[in-house]
Amino acid sequence: MPKTIAEINEKISKGQAVVVNAEEVIDIVKKKGVAKAAQEIDVVTTGTFGPMCSSGAYFNVGHTKPKMKMGGGKATLNDIPLYTGLAAVDLFLGATAIPDDDPRNKVYPGHFNYGGGHVLEDLLAGKDVKFSVSAYGTDCYPRKKLDTWINMNDMNQATLFNVRNAYQNYNIAVNASDKMIHTYMGTLKPNLGNANYCSAGQLSPLLNDPHYKTVGIGTKIFLGGGIGYVAWQGTQHAPSSLRSENGVPKRGAGTLAVIGDMKQMSSKYLVGTSFVGYGCTATVGIGLPIPILSEEILQYTAVTDDEIYAAIIDYSDAYPNFKPDILGEASYGQLRSGKIEVGGKELPTASLSSYSKALEISNTLKDWILKGDFTLTDPVAPIAGAEDGVTFKPLNERPIKDA
Amino acid sequence: MAFSKRVVLRFPRSLVHQPIVSRLIKDYSLDFNILKALVNPKEEGLLVMELMGKRSDFDKAIAYLTEAGVETEPLSRVKRNEERCTQCGACVSMCPTGAFVVDEKTRGVLFDDAKCIACELCLLVCPPRVLELTV
Repeated sequence: MPKTIAEINEKISKGQAVVVNAEEVIDIVKKKGVAKAAQEIDVVTTGTFGPMCSSGAYFNVGHTKPKMKMGGGKATLNDIPLYTGLAAVDLFLGATAIPDDDPRNKVYPGHFNYGGGHVLEDLLAGKDVKFSVSAYGTDCYPRKKLDTWINMNDMNQATLFNVRNAYQNYNIAVNASDKMIHTYMGTLKPNLGNANYCSAGQLSPLLNDPHYKTVGIGTKIFLGGGIGYVAWQGTQHAPSSLRSENGVPKRGAGTLAVIGDMKQMSSKYLVGTSFVGYGCTATVGIGLPIPILSEEILQYTAVTDDEIYAAIIDYSDAYPNFKPDILGEASYGQLRSGKIEVGGKELPTASLSSYSKALEISNTLKDWILKGDFTLTDPVAPIAGAEDGVTFKPLNERPIKDA
Repeated sequence: MAFSKRVVLRFPRSLVHQPIVSRLIKDYSLDFNILKALVNPKEEGLLVMELMGKRSDFDKAIAYLTEAGVETEPLSRVKRNEERCTQCGACVSMCPTGAFVVDEKTRGVLFDDAKCIACELCLLVCPPRVLELTV
């Protein structure tokens, strides 16, 4: 102690690295103590598998003959609109995109059966999807219309680029009103009828590295069943959020922007997802390896569900109206027991993030490292921490007066 | 050979007062378990039940019910697409019969088909929509 990433990689290449997941490390630290465990353990693997709306991918589809300027035109994959404000044959698909003719919430609550996240899953599953484009035509790009099947192999590039994933903690959603509501946190029964939460807790990447001491720009990760990288801090990154004495955020805090080649990912770990009355998204699997460079870093990875708290928020009023009120806090230990208490009432709990799949991801990453297939990276730059004064501001509305 | 099947019975108003279900035991030697019942005087009645006994007796009982004016249909069953299920657990607190439970050890979500009454509440709340009605 302290170790370096280069030393750990040396052990990985020799097949000597000691790798455990973020659940296993809890008991090891309890039994052996931090000092001894930190000597022995080289890497702790984390995982999460939950709905992450700010996900998407960009594609380069290659040129048609004659050529076509899809940029600035209209393009869809399985009727899901793509963003075309890029060069001629570069396109972006967002996970929450839905067809133009989707009834949305016209008949409430809308079903939102198929959207951008589902297209990503279908492409990963190797399916052919319907690609339709209309363009305005130019001298150098004369073609105006295209309808063709396309699949992952046809793409020159298919790059997953998620601008906000792996939220470090999240709200517990309840409904204090007297009618059922449908939210991105699921369906919430009236009169505090249930509580939904969404974090892998003690397995979750950033809850195991609460001060971003090892994760940074360039960190190699498990992404969607393949290899990806941390590209940047994620949108809404809010490292200054309220924290417990153990340093772990008690509210939504840090986030990651991640990137990776979709061609080596799997539909098993990127699943199209629907929220009734709300919309479409994608459930994304991410695993972050944490190099045990010091006792302090190991101590953070030993955090348990009982030591991680989240805020209980009323999604019928406080959330939509941007009020700061919370109805209390609960630990992930309490949430996973199946019920929590709010205002003297017992609420059944349900998770939107899969703990068992998060565990599976942390174990897959562990296996990759043990086999020597995955080595660790030194970040090329840190992501902003609590000391950097980065906050998540509301929109400052400045009304536009008619000229 | 033991046979069991879940059925939905709809009783027209005129039949709600008559002892009909009791005859399934007396005349057709069937056993039953009531999964859901909506019976109001002067209104249509709805009964969802599992009938158990001999297949031949079951068929005769259904013929009797139809003859008596009771509409019968098999209860649809909920089937889970195991491959796409993300094991999140959004279904758990929605299910009124406890057919979905989180396994304490693996924290995976178990589905107990025998407890499911096909109320359909889970179908739309499932984020990856892996629950489907089958007949």
